[in-house]
Amino acid sequence: MSNLSVLYDAPGPRARRRNVYYAIGFLAVLVGGAWWLVSTLQDKGQLEWSQWEPFFTDSRVWTTFLLPGLENTLIAAGLSMAIALPLGALLGIGRLSDHWWVRVPAGAIVEFFRAIPVLLLMLFANEAYALWTDVDRSVRPLYAVVTGLVLYNASVLAEVVRAGVLSLPKGQADAARAVGMRKGQLMLYVLLPQAVTAMLPAIVSQLVVIVKDTALGGALLGYSELLGSVGLIDGNYANLLAAFAVVAVLYIVLNFLLTSFASWLEGRIRRGKRSTGAVLTTDMNEEMAMAGDVPGATDGAAGGGGPGRT
Amino acid sequence: MFDFLDLDRYDLFGAFWTTVQLTVFSAIGSLILGTLLAAMRVSPVPVMRAFGTAYVHIFRNTPLTLIIVACSQLLALTLGMTMWADVGTDTMGFRLAVLGFVVYTSTFVCEAVRSGINTVPVGQAEAARALGLSFAQVLTMIVLPQAFRSVVAPLANVLIALTKNTTVAAAIGVSEAALLMRDMIEQEAQLVPIATLFAFGFIVLTLPTGLLLGRLSKRVAVKR
Repeated sequence: MSNLSVLYDAPGPRARRRNVYYAIGFLAVLVGGAWWLVSTLQDKGQLEWSQWEPFFTDSRVWTTFLLPGLENTLIAAGLSMAIALPLGALLGIGRLSDHWWVRVPAGAIVEFFRAIPVLLLMLFANEAYALWTDVDRSVRPLYAVVTGLVLYNASVLAEVVRAGVLSLPKGQADAARAVGMRKGQLMLYVLLPQAVTAMLPAIVSQLVVIVKDTALGGALLGYSELLGSVGLIDGNYANLLAAFAVVAVLYIVLNFLLTSFASWLEGRIRRGKRSTGAVLTTDMNEEMAMAGDVPGATDGAAGGGGPGRT
Repeated sequence: MFDFLDLDRYDLFGAFWTTVQLTVFSAIGSLILGTLLAAMRVSPVPVMRAFGTAYVHIFRNTPLTLIIVACSQLLALTLGMTMWADVGTDTMGFRLAVLGFVVYTSTFVCEAVRSGINTVPVGQAEAARALGLSFAQVLTMIVLPQAFRSVVAPLANVLIALTKNTTVAAAIGVSEAALLMRDMIEQEAQLVPIATLFAFGFIVLTLPTGLLLGRLSKRVAVKR
């Protein structure tokens, strides 16, 4: 039922009039809410132009606070992605291994780190670096943020990889074996490349999670990233609402760019290759979703349900 | 080894109880708001569809930490919306955190419910329309009941994610598990046992949820 208009008839004159009434009623509620919000903000002086002006006229807001914050966010997110993606692929393939001494530890690692909040991992890493290593105080929060994000997201990505490989038609592996490929070749040349296409939406939604979770480092570990710059801007210009709004927009734009890049990439890959029809939908891949449960993973010819935890 | 576990000094069970309460209240709230949003996104009224889409895209791409911190600093401290609690009390922080979690998590509930609607065969809605049911009737009596049965597993994942996300409330000082863990590892020189204890606590919270709801999802799934 992807064409949702099946839920209602093509509106006739009466239905159309009724829809207009609904629209007016809904708009009235929206406008009422917005009016109340604006008047509250006005009372507190949050909407005055002087509050918003610095973002347009004072370049120092950007050069001193926002851009360095954005840079730190990108550094943490980029490092975490660069480490978590290969590690996740390794763990995911490890879980599919024929040897129990690879499969079991990989499974244990994945299940353990997936069940723990990423914030706890960050707090633990921060303290661990302080106690047992001589990582400098100034970079310790970055190390802690990246460590937490890598441990957590590599585990989630491992599940995505596993689900992607399992969603491929069985004939692919059979055919590769029939032409005499070894296990490593089978995974590297046949299964993984196809699985990557199928997994791309799920992988990207996980990358968005990484970008968003870097904000935890700012709030609780003192890592001076984008969210941390809100406090600094408010301290200098006393414009809390404006600072929050601008930073939120920056995050949204960042994630939007990431998502659009991925869908562009996906279109490119799909055009180049004949798809096997196995697609992991991203719709319900809630950030910490157990990838195996994603419906649509079962749409692949492999059938028999995703490799869910249930 | 566990001599750091001074329950008079550290309210371990209280902290995890706060985590559970945060999860339950936020789950109920986001289930309601998420379903409403999903209904808006499939409704025949363009304004509602646009609102639903905009809401989901904006809040799903904003960090939860930013939402929670903004709830506290912006809503409560600057605008004076203290959620009918005294300023600065733990109750206020708790209610603001629940508000933030509901705002954020409902976008994921909405997407899950919407994809559940997609799994209902077209014939169901067509048959309902042939009987002369209106959009609201089709949705509430025919489509949503079947959609919910097919999205128990994805909603369970959202619930597990929410349980873990409640730790973000530590950012505004709600005394839940993550905040207690931070205090404890600062005060006591026993990092590994403390971290293990809290990790175990969260595994205890999330594992049964996944197993129970996973079983439930198999039981209620519509056989087709």
